[in-house]
Amino acid sequence: MRHMILILGLAAVLVLSLAGLRGCASRRPPIEIFPDMDRQPKLRPQARNPLFPDGRSSRQPVEGTIARQAAWDGSPENTGRHPGTTNDVEVLPVPVTPSLLARGQERFGIHCQPCHGPLGDGRGIASRYGMIPAANFHDPRLVRMPDGEWFRVITEGRNQMAAYASQVPAPDRWAIVAYLRALERSRLGTVEDIPEPLRSEWRK
Amino acid sequence: MPGVFPKWTNQLPLNIAAGLAIAGAAVAAGLGYYFTPKYTRVGYQPIQPVPYSHATHVEQLGMDCRYCHAGVERSWFAGLPDASRCMNCHHQVLAGDPRLAPVRDSMQTGAPVAWIQIHRTPDYVYFHHAAHIRRGVSCLHCHGRVDQFEEVRHDQPLSMSFCLECHRRPEAYLRPLDQVYNLGWNTDPARQNEQGRLLALTGDMRPPLSCSGCHR
Repeated sequence: MRHMILILGLAAVLVLSLAGLRGCASRRPPIEIFPDMDRQPKLRPQARNPLFPDGRSSRQPVEGTIARQAAWDGSPENTGRHPGTTNDVEVLPVPVTPSLLARGQERFGIHCQPCHGPLGDGRGIASRYGMIPAANFHDPRLVRMPDGEWFRVITEGRNQMAAYASQVPAPDRWAIVAYLRALERSRLGTVEDIPEPLRSEWRK
Repeated sequence: MPGVFPKWTNQLPLNIAAGLAIAGAAVAAGLGYYFTPKYTRVGYQPIQPVPYSHATHVEQLGMDCRYCHAGVERSWFAGLPDASRCMNCHHQVLAGDPRLAPVRDSMQTGAPVAWIQIHRTPDYVYFHHAAHIRRGVSCLHCHGRVDQFEEVRHDQPLSMSFCLECHRRPEAYLRPLDQVYNLGWNTDPARQNEQGRLLALTGDMRPPLSCSGCHR
């Protein structure tokens, strides 16, 4: 009996020292104990696949094609321009609703804020880490830009800014433009914009 | 006539039985402890081609998960960003840093950065990121405090019982939709069930418990 307990104890120590405890950091890929159909010869997104010369399972779009549902026609919703011209549309071609503004605010926080800052003044967090300060949305030159041009800047990029078309779909770009306009208005207001009865309150 | 078997053999069957029982229990305990994703998967932390830190980007810079993982709201796969998205900032920030060399190479050649996938469910599991995210399941529930990780590791077991735990009692996990990406959000545990039940009711959430909910 004594031998038995000794052997068991030693075995336990051996297993523990070899296998460790649950949750220990490990560089080795997980062991699949019962690998029944866990890995199938099918394509998973962004996985490695030797079937194709470049080794990717996610394929690049074939040149000269567009995805279904993709923006394709020359309508102002997709280009920011009057059809058949290079003139930017002055006001956004989509109806401005509270939900559009809320969407724009959310998208602004995700995609624009890191460089342009929450106030849109170009002093986002990235400028503290060596980024050339991004455009200040309250610059009068930018405020006078037509909505279509704002849309195109997001789509195509400008100066140091890269194109965001692949990252932000067209409807979201219009939502961001709508929110930017609200952001600009927040700095353009004058005392006259405040209704007379409330002005004394503002002065406090 | 002296006994053919000495006296100690009387104890032998009992000893063998007891020994087998103890050894069996020990083996069962070992299997129970080790033969589960809590051991096999949790803690997996491969060395990635680029030492990307979520702590730096999310905790320190305050970036949103969706800047890089853009597919998470609209697809079953959250997606890793391509090199051009990193380069939106890194063409200026740490522009010549050797750690970012694979990203710059990828940008130039178009070949992907060879990230190593950590969370890899079996191929017969169809986990839909957007379906969960849009109903108030946070990144946190499956990925842990990934916003604080210097190096990503497999934080939760992602076993079937792990999934079912939440599918059976979603109210213990659901969050308001605006807190899904705020991994530091903390609600009073006493209020979680009540609030979660309300969210499940208003969102008409009935997480599937049938096989075909996740397997097909």
